[in-house]
Amino acid sequence: MAVITIDRVSRWFGNVVAVNDVSMQIGPGVTGLLGPNGAGKSTLIHMMSGFLPPSAGEVALDGVPIWRNQEVYRAIGLVPERESMYDYLTGWEFVLANAELHGLADPAAAARRALGLVEMEYAQDRKTGTYSKGMKQRVKMASALVHDPAVLLLDEPFNGMDPRQRLQLMELLRRFGAEGRTVLFSSHILEEVEQLARHIEVVVAGRHAASGDFRRIRRLMTNRPHRYLVRSSDDRRLAAALIADGSTAGIEFDGQERALRIQAVDFQGFTTLLPRVAKDAGIRLYTVSPADESLESVFSYLVAS
Amino acid sequence: MNVTVARLTVRGLLGRRSGILLLVVPALLLLVAVIARLTADTPEDLAATVLGRLGMGTLLPILALVVGTGVIATEIEDGSIVYLLAKPLPRHWIVTTKLTVAIAATWLLAAVPMLIAGLLLCGTRDGVAVAYAAGTLVAGAAYSALFLLLGVATRHAVVAGLGYALVWESLVGNFVPGARTLSIQQWGLSVAKSIAVQGSIAADVALTVAVPLLVVVAVASTLLAAVRLGGLTLAGEE
Ligand SMILES: Nc1ncnc2c1ncn2[C@@H]1O[C@H](COP(=O)(O)OP(=O)(O)O)[C@@H](O)[C@H]1O
Ligand SMILES: [Mg+2]
Repeated sequence: MAVITIDRVSRWFGNVVAVNDVSMQIGPGVTGLLGPNGAGKSTLIHMMSGFLPPSAGEVALDGVPIWRNQEVYRAIGLVPERESMYDYLTGWEFVLANAELHGLADPAAAARRALGLVEMEYAQDRKTGTYSKGMKQRVKMASALVHDPAVLLLDEPFNGMDPRQRLQLMELLRRFGAEGRTVLFSSHILEEVEQLARHIEVVVAGRHAASGDFRRIRRLMTNRPHRYLVRSSDDRRLAAALIADGSTAGIEFDGQERALRIQAVDFQGFTTLLPRVAKDAGIRLYTVSPADESLESVFSYLVAS
Repeated sequence: MNVTVARLTVRGLLGRRSGILLLVVPALLLLVAVIARLTADTPEDLAATVLGRLGMGTLLPILALVVGTGVIATEIEDGSIVYLLAKPLPRHWIVTTKLTVAIAATWLLAAVPMLIAGLLLCGTRDGVAVAYAAGTLVAGAAYSALFLLLGVATRHAVVAGLGYALVWESLVGNFVPGARTLSIQQWGLSVAKSIAVQGSIAADVALTVAVPLLVVVAVASTLLAAVRLGGLTLAGEE
């Protein structure tokens, strides 16, 4: 059993916080790392694959820290996001070289097997520089599989794939997951994650926003309470009008912010209710902002896409 | 040493467009030597200019820079180094293997043509041809190590390398004699001087200073490169 443990990990670049105090465990089966662009997915995968030290916290494989530990690569296969890969080699030469670098007993057999898994034998004698995006992705995949790793990390593996290749790769990853391997892939597309991952970790703006199976994530996205910060020409009367209407779950006045904190029952309803109530009461709205902006934006993003 | 890393590195050097540049450098040196041989009355008088200034002073550092950065900086730049690093290989193996390839290429493409050019100009007289070739061997090794380190340490390795070789060694060295003490070119010349018959090759640095400095630069650069590569990070998307 291979388990990657991310323990109170933060990573910053200068004053950009890319990953902010994240803790999670990635175990056997297929896990999807979901989040919009810039959420910190690649940064997390770089730390899990030993290519970036955490600024704080620890990333470990089965209890052994990953950073500066080349031995972990016996258990880890990495499919990086970037495309470049020794363009002047053929697919066969590339995968074979990877098998040799792992010091395998029979690198040729391992390369054959890996190329077979991704169904790339037909193009193995062409230079990788001539491959399409999807073909490159599959050969990268083969190079990550040559040593039959217990852990497979893939950064945005479906980018640039056509639907058929996508299905094929999903099938392959599903199989690896079923075999008890620890498979983690990142994606910013909800549908992809939904189709493939048994378990989902959501990251937003560097923070660990949610975790669970797909149904749980969906529920969180649609049912969670929505909080707003509202400023108007007459906060007191607005609060009274909203209470009278009865479609809010809670209202309080925040003296420090000089604004109302409103908890809406349902998101769709509130966005039409608030302007209507204000208009009827002759109150002008100055600010209406989601109190938990980053989460809010990702959920609306995820639901919309 | 790792055979696979060596093979990939050689193919990378030959497989890229800069591969052509690697052939231009020795061709240029040989061409100039042939022209000098055919046109000059006493071609051996041109040895210091052709072999010393053009060969060791300009062409060797340029070649070593193309090779030294070509064996690793290109892979770091485009990210393909991941495939070497995500392996249970000690990273200092990767550095020493790539350095070996770089030194071999520099020797083949600079020291051998230097020997031929020297023989064309001076024949076997005073051991000048062999001396320049030997100076090129040691300077070539030191340049390779230094430029490989630059390739690992900075994204602007080519600029830094050109700055060192052309600005510091050539330009500053021309006007400030002290700068020549810290010049791989001068250390190479010092070795060459000690091999040729006395008085036939001039150098500004004593052999007792040049040799230890050559060793220190080569060894320290290699160690630093290995440490740097051990901690190499992958930059995320901007
Ligand atoms: N090397 C870096 N230097 C500066 N900022 C970075 C670097 N890598 C990532 N970032 C920043 O960290 C955040 C997370 O990036 P990333 O992990 O690539 O997100 P994702 O993969 O989810 O799109 C972004 O704001 C990005 O701009
Ligand atoms: Mg990314």
